[in-house]
Amino acid sequence: MLPINASNARLWSMLGSRGTFGVAMLDAAAGMDSLMVLTADLSVTSGLERFRVTYPDRFLNVGIAEQNMMGIAAGLAKEGYRTFATTFSNFAAMRSYEQVRLHLGYMGLNVKVIGLAGGMAMGQFGNTHYGIEDMALMRAVPGLTVIAPADGAEIVKTVETMMKHEGPVFVRLTGAMNNPIVYTSDYKFTVGKAVRLREGADVAIFACGTMVYEAMQAAKKLEAQGVSASVTNIHTLKPLDGQAIEEACSYASLLVTVEEHGIIGGLGGAVAEYTARRGGAPRQLFVGLPDRFGMNGDYKYLMHKYGLTGNQIAGKVMEALGCRTGDGSKKLALVE
Amino acid sequence: MEDRDERIDRLRQMAGRMRRTALALTLSAGPHGAHIGPSLSIIDICAVLYGGVLHVNSNNPRWPERDRFLLSKGHGALGFYTALGEAGFFTPEELYTFEKPESLLTGQPAMCVDRGIEISSGSLGLGLSIGIGVALAGRKTRRNYKTYVLMGDGECNEGTVWEAAMAAAHFRLASLVAIVDANGMQSDGACSAILDMGSHENKWRSFGWETRCVNGHDVGALFDAFTAARSNPDCPLAVIASTVKGKGISFMENNNDWHHNRLTQEQHDAALLELAD
Repeated sequence: MLPINASNARLWSMLGSRGTFGVAMLDAAAGMDSLMVLTADLSVTSGLERFRVTYPDRFLNVGIAEQNMMGIAAGLAKEGYRTFATTFSNFAAMRSYEQVRLHLGYMGLNVKVIGLAGGMAMGQFGNTHYGIEDMALMRAVPGLTVIAPADGAEIVKTVETMMKHEGPVFVRLTGAMNNPIVYTSDYKFTVGKAVRLREGADVAIFACGTMVYEAMQAAKKLEAQGVSASVTNIHTLKPLDGQAIEEACSYASLLVTVEEHGIIGGLGGAVAEYTARRGGAPRQLFVGLPDRFGMNGDYKYLMHKYGLTGNQIAGKVMEALGCRTGDGSKKLALVE
Repeated sequence: MEDRDERIDRLRQMAGRMRRTALALTLSAGPHGAHIGPSLSIIDICAVLYGGVLHVNSNNPRWPERDRFLLSKGHGALGFYTALGEAGFFTPEELYTFEKPESLLTGQPAMCVDRGIEISSGSLGLGLSIGIGVALAGRKTRRNYKTYVLMGDGECNEGTVWEAAMAAAHFRLASLVAIVDANGMQSDGACSAILDMGSHENKWRSFGWETRCVNGHDVGALFDAFTAARSNPDCPLAVIASTVKGKGISFMENNNDWHHNRLTQEQHDAALLELAD
């Protein structure tokens, strides 16, 4: 097992989510004989080159054919192989969606789909490579677990967990190189159990993927403006940790969901589905990508463009609280 | 020891029973109806596989060495279920739960390995990819089972079939057998009119498969196609079975009204008379 410490956290940050995934797979594969890792001609960009060289018998490149890859993964899983199917997140979610639905959902086969570069990591290529609907689609498949790790350490945790976890899972990786760091020491990672990273009294921020770090930055900014915000890492979108939401409802006057994903059907949707059924929950601010195809641009540019930096998130929260950005020394009633 | 003539006679009789059961199940499905036409076209294929080719054991359905049969054309369910009945995976009484609420025998198969149903199917073009994974697993674990995937010729319109066809040849999956039920018809009419794919034999061969063309209602020829020594032991095998949709019932043969339909008692009785030995 790879130790989680500041030094490794820096290394994983430098490698980015895909590089870290490759490192984690290489480590976690030791002793796992009934393991297969599939790629649809993206082994280099998936960070899996070293895995391919080290474990050629556990690696299969099926060519540029994601649907076929998901079918082959299902067949291997049916015969007892713990199978990882890897490709860009939106290709997994869209090109092979029916295979995911039928083979992983309907048949329940033990395939772990690793969605690389979810969100805007590939934004320079344009909207073909954006993953803005992937969580919404995967979350809708009955029986599928959906995980979006916050940083390199959580990717390592997720991969290690996936080596034991039974059943179909979609793991969505976000972020580019030099990913922000959330965790520098070990912690308990349990599928379906959210992690509260920061306590707060006024606002409850829920985040997943790279947005966990930005949510932490936002909370610091809010604190300086007199607003106390908790931050919870919802690494598992499905099954959703209802208890974490209940807790937030008990103290917060505003729920905030932050995701590198369209505002339809992702983390915001998942939380809203819960609170709508519950009734009596605080109002919810959805922070995410707008419901339209966006501009091309590098990752940092796009993060800023869409208001997903810590400062911008804090500003949106202040606005939702009825305060003007920057002058929120006192808390006002929620605006309608 | 059964000789060839005896085997052919036994398989013919088995196919006859399966046809009669398929008609009875279609009748019992009532207003739901069933895909009787595309089931009748595969019944001789399924009879030969389950009656003479596949190594399966209903008393040990998860036997690791068992041959795997994947029905990719899920709408051939009645051809498949009646074969599973003959092979002991379902009792006659259980077969009559076909399409009833909560039944294991859905209108198109739902995976139940303990009852011989290896995969769920119904959406076309997906079975061959799964078959590749199953065959790869067999090779990796050094098991000797074979993997059979039965598809329709209309199903081969689906692009995923050809993704899989390329990959199976590339991976040299000699233990994988694709069977094309070439009945020449699909839901909306003749395959040649809807999407003319030309020669299946040429297509599969050009994708790197050993091909065998056979009369899909000649049980002896089918048995030979599945069991004869391979000319190229590195290639997957495609058996192109020429069949007739609705085979055996004159008013159903090559009549797409019977792709999916309900059956009246009178039609059922008339059909049974045609099947009487």
